[in-house]
Amino acid sequence: MSNLAILLGIAIIATASYVLGRYKVAGTSQTLHSLPRYYCLFALICAVVPPIVLFLAWLGIAPFFTSGPISAQITPAIIPEGGSASLVMADIQRLANGVMQATRAGLIDFSALGDTTNLDVLGETLAAAGLIFGTKIDPAVFALTQDYIVRYEIGHDVMTLLLLGATILGALWGLYQIRPSFWARNAVERVLRLVLMLAAGLAILTTVGIVFSMLFETVNFVRLHAWQDFFFGLNWAPNFHGDSELAILPLLWGTLYISAVALAVAVPIGIFAAIYLSEYATKSLRSIAKPLLEVLAGIPTIVYGLFALVVFGPFLKDWFGDGGFLGVNWMSDARSVATAGIVMGIMLIPFVSSLSDDIINAVPQSLRDGSYGLGATQSETIKRVILPAALPGIVGAILLAASRAIGETMIVVLGAGAIARFTANPLEALTTITTRIVSQLTGDGDFNSPETLVAFALGLSLFVITLGLNIIALMIVRKYREQYE
Amino acid sequence: MTHTSAKQSLFEVTDHTKRRNASERRFRRYGQAAIGIGLLMLLTLAYTIVSKGTGAFQQTFVTLNIELLESKLDKKGNRDLEEMKKVSTFGYAPLIATAFENLAAEREIKTKIKAKEMAQIISKSAPSQLRDRVLDDPALIGQTVEFTLLANSWIDGYLKGRVTRENAQNNKNISVQQLDFVDELVALGVVEKRFNIGFITGADASDQRPEDAGIGVAMIGSLLMMIVVLLLSLPIGVAASIYLEEFAPKNWITDVIEVNIANLAAVPSIVFGILGLAIFINTMHFPQSAPLVGGLVLTLMTLPTIIISTRAALKAVPPSIRSAALGLGASQMQSVFHHVLPLAAPGILTGTIIGLAQALGETAPLLLIGMIGYIATNMPETVTDALLAPNSVMPAQIYEWAKRADPAFYERAWGGIIILLVFLITMNTLAVVLRRRFERRW
Repeated sequence: MSNLAILLGIAIIATASYVLGRYKVAGTSQTLHSLPRYYCLFALICAVVPPIVLFLAWLGIAPFFTSGPISAQITPAIIPEGGSASLVMADIQRLANGVMQATRAGLIDFSALGDTTNLDVLGETLAAAGLIFGTKIDPAVFALTQDYIVRYEIGHDVMTLLLLGATILGALWGLYQIRPSFWARNAVERVLRLVLMLAAGLAILTTVGIVFSMLFETVNFVRLHAWQDFFFGLNWAPNFHGDSELAILPLLWGTLYISAVALAVAVPIGIFAAIYLSEYATKSLRSIAKPLLEVLAGIPTIVYGLFALVVFGPFLKDWFGDGGFLGVNWMSDARSVATAGIVMGIMLIPFVSSLSDDIINAVPQSLRDGSYGLGATQSETIKRVILPAALPGIVGAILLAASRAIGETMIVVLGAGAIARFTANPLEALTTITTRIVSQLTGDGDFNSPETLVAFALGLSLFVITLGLNIIALMIVRKYREQYE
Repeated sequence: MTHTSAKQSLFEVTDHTKRRNASERRFRRYGQAAIGIGLLMLLTLAYTIVSKGTGAFQQTFVTLNIELLESKLDKKGNRDLEEMKKVSTFGYAPLIATAFENLAAEREIKTKIKAKEMAQIISKSAPSQLRDRVLDDPALIGQTVEFTLLANSWIDGYLKGRVTRENAQNNKNISVQQLDFVDELVALGVVEKRFNIGFITGADASDQRPEDAGIGVAMIGSLLMMIVVLLLSLPIGVAASIYLEEFAPKNWITDVIEVNIANLAAVPSIVFGILGLAIFINTMHFPQSAPLVGGLVLTLMTLPTIIISTRAALKAVPPSIRSAALGLGASQMQSVFHHVLPLAAPGILTGTIIGLAQALGETAPLLLIGMIGYIATNMPETVTDALLAPNSVMPAQIYEWAKRADPAFYERAWGGIIILLVFLITMNTLAVVLRRRFERRW
C-alpha cells in the first residue's frame, strides 16, 4: 500500500466513526451530557490519535530494523576515498528509493533483480528516469541496497497493518464509549488543550533544536581542530591542506567594527528622529513620517546589500579611491567597513527610532509639565528630564539594534568583503562571522572537515552573543515599562 | 540669579535667553535633520531601485526572416523526428548567419563585418530557440519564417546606454563595427526594444546569457514556500498563542516559553538556516534546495512574529466577552473558539500577512539550505516535484545575479527587486487595509 492509500484509509475509517457516532447518539432517548457533535468528535479523535502516536513511535524505532543492521554491514572496504559510512548509508537509501520508485512506475521489477543483474543497465535506467544521479552503482553497495529494500518493505507492511489496526480499534473504542452519561465535551476539550500546549511547546523545541544542532557539530569541530586556535588564534586562513587556521577573533573584530559603524549612523539619527516625532512634530507630520521611516525596516536586506555593492560602495570609492574627487587613495575596493556599516545603519534607523519613540511617549506627562512649570524650554525639558527618564529604555533599544547588526548577513556578504584581518581603517574590506558562515557552508568542501564544521562553532558563538544582548535588552525594556505603569 | 540685574525689564531679551532660544532652535533642527536624512535615504533607495530596475522590463529583440533549409536540418527529407533531433544547435547557427547576410544584401546595408560577426549580435540562446520551434512543427522546414530573437546582452546594453562605443573598443565580446551595424538595423526597425515578458515568466539562464534570464521560476518557488509557511505557521502560531494567552497556568514553564518566544523573534535569521541545514538536510535527509525545506525553515523563523501579534490581538478582546460567554454556560474552550477567536481574527490575519512578507524577503537562511548557485531552469510539473525538486526563490535569485558581477545581471537583480517589492507592498497594504476595515476599538 502506498503512503497515500494508508492516509486515505485512516481518513475513511475516521469519517466512518464520526458518522456512526452520529447514529449512535441519535438512537439514545435519554438527555445527553454534551452536544451531539462532541460525541462524534470524540469518536473521530479516538480513531485518529492512535495511528499518529504509533507513527511517531515507528519513526523512532524503525531505523533499528532497517538502516541500523545495514550500516553495521558497511565495511571500510566499501567506503570510497574521502567518504564516510554515513555517506554510503545515504547513497544506499537514495538508491533504494530510486529502485522502489522505478518498480512502482513499472520500469523495472525489483523482485526479479538478482545478484547477477547488470548494474550498468540498471543505473542507466534509473538515471534516465531522473531517480538517481550518475549511472555507476557499486556491486557491494547494491547488495546492501537489496537487503535494505527487503527490510524496508517488510517494515512498511508491518507499519501499514499496525496503523490501520490501531485506527479501527481506536474508532471502535470511541464508539463504545458513547453513552449519555459520558462527558464527551470535557474529553474533547482535554485533547484540544493538549494540542494547543504542544504548539506552544514547539517554541521551546525550536530553541533546543538550534542549540543542540549547533552544539553537536561544534563538538565534532573541536575534535578535529584545536579550540585554543578557534578562541585565541589571530588568523583566519582556511585551506585544503589540513593546516587551516580558523580563529574567531579577526571575524569578531570585523563584525563588531561594522556594527559599531552602523550604530554610529543609526543611533543619533534614530534618537533625534524619535525625539522630534514624539515631542515636536504635528500630528499630521507624525502620521506621515513615522510609517515612512518604518518602511526602511521592511525593505528586504538583499536590497540593502545590492545597494551597498552597486551604488554606495562605488560612490565612496569615487571620493576616497584612487583618482577620486578628494585626490587621496585610501580605498582600493568598493567593499569596505564603511560601505556595509553605513548602509546597515540606514536599515537600523527605524529599529532605534520606533522603540525609542514608544519609550519617550511612555514618560508620564506630569514630568514634562513639572519641568515647563519651572521655566525650562522644550529642549531643556527633553535633555534634562525626558531623556534621563527614558534612558534605560533607549539603551535597551540600542542593544536590540546592536544584536540585529551583529546577526545581519546579506548586507555584509555583499558589501563588506572577504578579508579577515585586524585593521582600523574603515575604508578597507573586512569580513564578519555571518559572511564566513555563508561561505563555509555554501562551498564545495567536504562536510566533515573542520573548514565546514567551523561554521557551526561560529553560528553557536553568534547565537550566544545575540542571545545575551537580547536578554539584557528585553530585561531593561521590561523593567523600564513596569516603572511607569 | 547671577545673570539678570534687578533693573532689567522682563520684556527685554537677555543674552542668556537668546542663548537658550538658540539652543532650542538648534535642537529642533537636529530632529528635523534626522528625519530628513531618514526620508532622504528612503527616497534614494526608491530612486535607485526604479532607475536601475526598470531596464530589466525592456529587452532588445531582433526580428529576422530565417530560411529553414531542408539540406541542413533534415538531410534525408523524411521528417523523421528522431533523425532531426540529431541536428544539434550548432547546426542551426549557420542559418542565422545566412539570414543576416541576406538581410544586409536586401536592405543594402554597407558593413565590413562578416556574416558570423553579424550573427553574434543575437543571444546564444537563439539557435536552441530555433531548434525547439522546428522540432515542434517540422512542417516549417523549407520555408522562410519570421523569428523574433533576443539580442545579445551587449547589444541590449548598447541600446540602453550601458555599453558605449568607448567600452566596445577594448571589449572582446563586441566590436565598434558591430555597433555600427546595429545602428543601421535600429534605423530599419529590425532591432528594437520591447516589453520583456520573458523576464517575469521565464527561468534563470547561465551566466553567458543574461538577456535570457527571468525570475518566473523563482517566483513559483517563493509562492510554494509561502504556501508552506502559511499552512504551518498560521495554525501552529494561533494554537500556541491561544494556549499562552487563555489557558497557560502562571508558572515557570510558561515563563520560560514566553521569554523563549521573545528571544526567538530576535535570533539572527542565519541561525535558522544553520538549524535547517543540520536538522532537515543532514539528519532527516530532505533534498537540498527544495521549497518544502525552505518553507519549514521560514516557518520556524516566522512563528515567533505570528505568535507575538496573535497574542496582542487576543489580548485586545475585552474580558467582558469571555465573562459573558462563560456566564451563559459556555466552557472556556467554547468561549475562546466561538467568541474571542473570531473577534481577534482581523488582528491575527494582519500579523500573519506581515510575518509572511518578512519571510518572503528573507535570503540568508535559504542560502544555507542550498538555494544558491543553482540555476532554476524548469517549471515544476507535479505537486511533489514542486515541493521537493530544487528551485530558487526571488531573494536568492537576486543574490545569485548580484554575485555574477556583470552589469547586465545587476540590471536583472534590480528588476527582480522591483517585482519582490511589488509583492511586499501589496501584502503590507492588504494588512493595513484589513486593520483599518475590521479593527474594533472597545
